[in-house]
Amino acid sequence: MAKIVACVCTSHVPAIGAALDNGKTQEPYWQRVFGGYEKSKEWIEKVKPDVCIVVFNDHATAFSVDVVPTFALGCAAEYTPADEGWGPRPVPVVHGHPELAAHIAQSVILDEFDLTIVNKMDVDHGLTVPLSLMFGQPKEWPCQIIPLAVNVVLYPPPTGKRCYNLGKAIRKAVESYPEDLRVVIFGTGGMSHQISGPRAGLINSDFDKAFLDALATDPQKAVDIKHIEYMREAGAEGIEMVMWLVARGAMDEKVNEIYRFYTVPASNTAVGHLILENASA
Amino acid sequence: MEKPKKEYEDIPGTTVFDADQSRKGYGINMFCMSLLKAENRTAFKADEAGYLKAYNLTPEQTDAILKRDWNGMLALGGNIYFTSKLGATDGLSFQQVAAKMTGATQQEYADMMLAGGRSVEGNRSKSEWEHKNG
Ligand SMILES: [Fe+2]
Repeated sequence: MAKIVACVCTSHVPAIGAALDNGKTQEPYWQRVFGGYEKSKEWIEKVKPDVCIVVFNDHATAFSVDVVPTFALGCAAEYTPADEGWGPRPVPVVHGHPELAAHIAQSVILDEFDLTIVNKMDVDHGLTVPLSLMFGQPKEWPCQIIPLAVNVVLYPPPTGKRCYNLGKAIRKAVESYPEDLRVVIFGTGGMSHQISGPRAGLINSDFDKAFLDALATDPQKAVDIKHIEYMREAGAEGIEMVMWLVARGAMDEKVNEIYRFYTVPASNTAVGHLILENASA
Repeated sequence: MEKPKKEYEDIPGTTVFDADQSRKGYGINMFCMSLLKAENRTAFKADEAGYLKAYNLTPEQTDAILKRDWNGMLALGGNIYFTSKLGATDGLSFQQVAAKMTGATQQEYADMMLAGGRSVEGNRSKSEWEHKNG
């Protein structure tokens, strides 16, 4: 039986990918960021997931304004790293797990979560930066990846509650898959940031730290946060944090906090990172 | 019928990209999206005004794009994840585009971020900004 063994939440700031790809990781500014992921890389090397479900958002790369799916599950065999205007990131092609993805799609849709199925999608920094942070710069990614794209670009994104409950449905789907697979679920994006308009540069560390605390010890508190509160308190683009709730929903209510990291800034953004395992595991 | 009020309109210095904005800015955003292809970036740079003709833009939208009025593009329906592709075509990072929208120099903006970013205090609602400026 497949099993979700842990959840990894992390920011997916594009400048982090650029710093890595351009060999700037040793600069003090970037050392402060990458240093925070050394323990995580060691941890995931031990955990050795077979599959990672990566909850991320597309930043006007695969989806234009022609069609904006709220939840889009990648069921393809592979995904090409996208050209976001600066040329594609020099990272490996992302290999999917089409059978598990199809199983999840069927299970959660029949569970009344109306996902969009995606058979072709280039993946942008939202997906590839978390992989780089956790796995470094390998020739091939060490596991298969199932992308779940959440709309957080066109208001309104799905509510935190909806995301959390989708996480529960994904867990049920994974646990009904017959093959023995170790699955880690990633929630990406955030933390506080605003990159648009005269209020750009907003950071709210108090909000971020309270959010990390809530995820670790009292997820309902995070689930109850309304969109207006994310945007007002954590910046217009801080609303990406709802994606972390999908990952959190796939875990037990009681979890062990394995690791936490927080720093300001990476470019425009507060970087937050949390690894959780089920307390009962 | 009067249009319903949106509670997020009270957030200062912020244009929330909703379905109304995305309809208004469809042309801006689809133009920006086209810049994901290297050959389109080259064609746009060779003849900006000519290239824009294919996108059904209003004169104000065309003007905002040609003048790189980043806040203007957002007001006219653009979204930052799209307009940043125009930034990329100009060789600008997200941070450089963000700095321009705040009216700060790149150095001032980068220094603000290093010092912990813009505080939320005094930046939660429009009334706070009016108070500050008035
Ligand atoms: Fe993002």
